[in-house]
Amino acid sequence: MAEGGAARRGRMSVRLQQVLFFGALLGSWWLLGALRIWPRYIFPTPDGVAESITRGFGGGSYLPAILGSLKRLAWGYSIALAGGTVTGFLLARINWFKNTFGLLVLGLQTLPSICWLPLAILWFGLSEKAIVFVVVMGAFLSIALATEDGIRNTPRVFVQAARNMGANGIRLYSSVILPSALPTIVTGMKLGWSFAWRSLMAGELLYAVPGLGYLLMMGRELNDMPAVVAVILVIVLIGLLTDKVIFAVAERAVRARWGLQKRAEAKQQ
Amino acid sequence: MTYPSSNRFCPAWRSPLSRSRELDLELRGVSRVFSRPGHRVDALDGFDLSVASGEFVCLVGPSGCGKTTVLHLLAGLEQATAGTVTAGGIPVTGPDPSRILLFQESALFPWLTVAANVEFGLKLRKMPAPERHRRVDALLRMVHLERFAASWVHELSGGMKQRAALARALAMDPAVLLLDEPFGALDAITRDRLHAELQEIWMRDAKTVVFVTHNVREAVVLGDRVLVMSQSPGRILSSYRVDLPRPRHMEDPGIIPLATQVLRDLVPETAANG
Ligand SMILES: Nc1ncnc2c1ncn2[C@@H]1O[C@H](COP(=O)(O)OP(=O)(O)O)[C@@H](O)[C@H]1O
Ligand SMILES: [Mg+2]
Repeated sequence: MAEGGAARRGRMSVRLQQVLFFGALLGSWWLLGALRIWPRYIFPTPDGVAESITRGFGGGSYLPAILGSLKRLAWGYSIALAGGTVTGFLLARINWFKNTFGLLVLGLQTLPSICWLPLAILWFGLSEKAIVFVVVMGAFLSIALATEDGIRNTPRVFVQAARNMGANGIRLYSSVILPSALPTIVTGMKLGWSFAWRSLMAGELLYAVPGLGYLLMMGRELNDMPAVVAVILVIVLIGLLTDKVIFAVAERAVRARWGLQKRAEAKQQ
Repeated sequence: MTYPSSNRFCPAWRSPLSRSRELDLELRGVSRVFSRPGHRVDALDGFDLSVASGEFVCLVGPSGCGKTTVLHLLAGLEQATAGTVTAGGIPVTGPDPSRILLFQESALFPWLTVAANVEFGLKLRKMPAPERHRRVDALLRMVHLERFAASWVHELSGGMKQRAALARALAMDPAVLLLDEPFGALDAITRDRLHAELQEIWMRDAKTVVFVTHNVREAVVLGDRVLVMSQSPGRILSSYRVDLPRPRHMEDPGIIPLATQVLRDLVPETAANG
């Protein structure tokens, strides 16, 4: 897997472009701020935002908010993962279920999951549960559909070979069908995670519980623009970290092990 | 036939717990129809075939004549639309490790290493780990893949994949081995070596083998009998007994005349098909 000098040079020049772009962006931001064209509560300065972030972490308002949000996310996502894989499995195995409930799933998938909030509040009241429900609805459908897709597309020869060697029932599923579907399921899990994250932020904005969305609204109420931008940055960072680092790495690892790496790379380019 | 558990008669990869016994195979008046609305394919129609236990039968025929279907029926992976399929006199109702099919395309599991693939069926049998590992090692040595035990399937060449699949099939120590054009994609040297290995295994273990190939010379080298199938729906057109001494090689002088004869039956079928 030795890479050519050309590829390495290409990567270097991409890095250089990125450094230059973000440097320029930060520079112009700072310059515009320093020119004081707009008032501070309309246009924050980089140092104001940096200070707000430092204060947020130091003063202890960020960590509980981050933990609160992540806890809700973890709950909602776990429920969605368990329910989604089971539902996906049923959709793949039971044709009448696919023809009926499957249609419902496809229809509901077009609904932004925040639309579930009013319903959730009526069901669960103004509680954590309502937001967790919205998170579940955000991730559930994409995980279910990916699981179904992965299971349905298990190559027939894998199942035939396994049955020929004596695999049946649960063993057939655990040692052949699930492993074969795993790359697709992981992709669905990644997608589900990003939906869950977006749904969570939307929910927290609309409804005051200790969390990042709530911090954002606080900033607005206090007319504290640097605080708003600071929290947005924190949300972006957490999203990047989970989506592009944790899940992307897991996805790439699975695909590489399954021998699907090359296709994945080609798609990204 | 039972195997004494002494190592003298029991090669390392062959377990004394072996379930292997001899099985004859029979298809009687077998039809296999693939149908979906508005479309119907008679893959086989009134097909008869008998394979004695311990016999090595090669099946040649134009593509699409139903060779793969015959193997799937024998393996129990498909059911006949009409007629009977029996192994050892008992109707075949489903797949069983005593009849192992080596698929035309690679059916190795990409999420397992080469060794874990070979081990797959042994684990299902709950064979104890030390014995399992001994057997996997011996099989991988036999197909010359011992250095690739820890490799992933996608790291192997086509020929190596087919050898690994053969090792996985042999690990089950089946009484019946069904091979679907297994060496089609191999280079001549690897193929010759596997011809030798397969004949050696067969002579030693008296397995019943049905070997599908489009290579007539290969069929004559390997088979006790070579059966030529007509084009779809396939029937047995002619049958040739091969009495040349074993082990045979592609270059043996006796091979060519017989292969030419077989080819003479096959060519009109293939031409009519094309
Ligand atoms: N699953 C299937 N569905 C529909 N038609 C099939 C299926 N499998 C095989 N056939 C058809 O049956 C015939 C025989 O196929 P096959 O046994 O694969 O032939 P061969 O192995 O001799 O090339 C072909 O016409 C093929 O198209
Ligand atoms: Mg075929």
